[in-house]
Amino acid sequence: MNSSLLRILALIRKEFLAVLKDPRSRFIIFLPPILQCLIFGYAASFDLNSVPYVVLNQDHGMASADLLSHLDGSGIFKRQANLSRVEEISAWIDSGRAILAIRIDQDFERHLLADDAAEVQAIADGRNSNTAGTALGYFGSVVDDFNARWRSAHDQPAQPIRIVTRSWYNPNLDSRWSMIPSLVGTLTMMGTLMLTALSVAREREQGTFDQLLVTPFRPSEIMVGKAVPNMIIGLTQATTILLIAQFWFHIPFVGSFVVLYAGLGLFLMAAVGLGLFVSSIAKTMQQAMLYAFLLVMPFALLSGLTTPISSMPQFLQSVMIINPLRYALDLTKRVYLEDAGFGQLQSDFLPLAIIGLLTLSGSAWLFSRRLT
Amino acid sequence: MTDWSAKLRRIRALTLKETRQILRDPSSIAIGVVFPLMMILLFGYGLSLDVTRVSVALVDEDASSDSASLVGAFQLSPYFRVTLVHSMSEAKTLVLGRKVDGALLVPSDFTRRWHLGEAEVQILVNGTDPNQARIMEGYAQGPIAQWGAAQAGSGTAFSGGPVVIVDRMWFNESNDSHYFLVPGLIVLVMTIIGAFLTAMVIAREWERGTLEALFVTPMRAGEFLLSKLIPYFGLGMIGFVLCLVAGQFLFHVPLRGSLLLLFLASMIYLLVALGIGLLVSTLVKSQFLASQLAMTLTFLPAMMLSGFLYDLRSMPVFIRGITYALPARYAVSLMQTIYLAGDVPSVLWPNIAVLGAMAAALLVSTRLVTRKRLS
Repeated sequence: MNSSLLRILALIRKEFLAVLKDPRSRFIIFLPPILQCLIFGYAASFDLNSVPYVVLNQDHGMASADLLSHLDGSGIFKRQANLSRVEEISAWIDSGRAILAIRIDQDFERHLLADDAAEVQAIADGRNSNTAGTALGYFGSVVDDFNARWRSAHDQPAQPIRIVTRSWYNPNLDSRWSMIPSLVGTLTMMGTLMLTALSVAREREQGTFDQLLVTPFRPSEIMVGKAVPNMIIGLTQATTILLIAQFWFHIPFVGSFVVLYAGLGLFLMAAVGLGLFVSSIAKTMQQAMLYAFLLVMPFALLSGLTTPISSMPQFLQSVMIINPLRYALDLTKRVYLEDAGFGQLQSDFLPLAIIGLLTLSGSAWLFSRRLT
Repeated sequence: MTDWSAKLRRIRALTLKETRQILRDPSSIAIGVVFPLMMILLFGYGLSLDVTRVSVALVDEDASSDSASLVGAFQLSPYFRVTLVHSMSEAKTLVLGRKVDGALLVPSDFTRRWHLGEAEVQILVNGTDPNQARIMEGYAQGPIAQWGAAQAGSGTAFSGGPVVIVDRMWFNESNDSHYFLVPGLIVLVMTIIGAFLTAMVIAREWERGTLEALFVTPMRAGEFLLSKLIPYFGLGMIGFVLCLVAGQFLFHVPLRGSLLLLFLASMIYLLVALGIGLLVSTLVKSQFLASQLAMTLTFLPAMMLSGFLYDLRSMPVFIRGITYALPARYAVSLMQTIYLAGDVPSVLWPNIAVLGAMAAALLVSTRLVTRKRLS
């Protein structure tokens, strides 16, 4: 038992040396996650803070001027031009110089004063319909404010029902608060799964794996020796991203580190298990890389990171039960923002443990079968 | 003359060798054919921003006939799946346990304040999913307006406005998110085939030393690069055509511009991606490093920083600066425009020109680097 432990320790040491002795590979393991965390932390948001728009205002009254000045004062809408003809709109939208074109007809104020519905046309660039929808939504709330002011200034009854939105755990509904904790799992998985898949494939391609097999190491010891260093590297990456989240983006961590790290440990076990599984199937480094990629990419995109799992078709939702990242994302966010404990997170811990055990034992079996 | 024919013969022989190598390695076929198909099917069906139904826990603290009819309006709405609960704490437990997406509260003074014209309905969401809040707010307008109109019929004054927005979404009237996802996917697929696969392949040859073996033959650096480019270019175009067919027949994304321009734009972008793959692998000569670099430099930016999902104009200035250096940005803009808006010259030519310049610069510098590596 003791000698087995010693052998594993020696293997772990060797594995670390193999990965970390090359300065370029040290660099590639730690620099990209940091850069990606910073860049995506700023970039990956469906919130808009700059909406270039153009106006075709054929009404020259006070009301339309008031509405537009509130639009300009929002800080989000940036007026690019005042148009005078309808035909000009398409040039601005087609070229992408404006997301939104707002058209106010000449009888706008007349309708308003007559207590009729006064129409404002909003044309959005639907090439990215998500951005367009969000921009229209923002415009809608500026108009709602205008309506409320108009009603109170003209002794009309105020909007009878107001919708008030409150949220737990993220008071300003800042999408960064949800994005950056999600990056912990995403970036770590990309790194570790690939690293693990390649480390065995590389040894096999260079012939050193056969040498390893003729040593007194048992297949299970080789597995552990391969898995542990990569898990440690993954945990280090995760810690780096967590530090950036707290000290750079100032997202308050309210949970327990014990729960979080227990969860991340299980997640990394599953990621490393998948990596080993890939490498037990692949014959060359290139195959290992490609298979790992074919696994990582759908996992990353369909984890709920960018689009909600609940809007996927039922079939894909059931395929994604094997995706360790979706559990990791849920777990990280809930510990980070909600202070969820072990009890609430069983639905994440359990699948992660099962995926980890299945892939690790599966690849151990594949390796040992290859020996005989 | 003989020089040229020898050159051509060498290129042909090498291209043939490279093509055979692709055909014999199941993993290359996987990336050329299976991969684009998988991407377009998985993401075409899986990546949807069209939220369907929102499940809510509804608390009616008022419990009057007015509030009951409002609750009824929510229950009838096709956008909500309502679970009635008795207290906010019960609702919160359901939200935190992820049993429902959010909670709706009709406060106890609802009827009283409704008659004063200042009633309130509260939406409570879990802030870990900020997008959900926006969606629920939008959906809640429907049943509330409906209820308000019904009340107006029964005597209490209610009308929307006075200003109402008539909105139109150009290029995508039905607001189908596949319309912008499919053109973006084409860019992703070509990025991966072009940059990722090529980087791996060339790095492997450097790693194994088979390139040095090639260079003692009369072959020149330029010929070598061409023979690498041609088969992977073919593979990339196969992926492109698969995406095109799927976009047309599975997702019914309209192609409003010309097919010819779409082909031209994608070919130029494929050359850029191939150029990055070749350059990266020639510089680092290690499969692991080349693949990681290709992934960091091309795939992730193509997803996150290209305008494919997230709006570029809302990114901070220095990140927007970075996006100008990324070819995917120009490609996504081209694809989305040619697909949805048609042949808009003011978008087409500047983007094509930038991509063309990038392709030329990358291929020329790869050639220079290859030559230098040899001596």
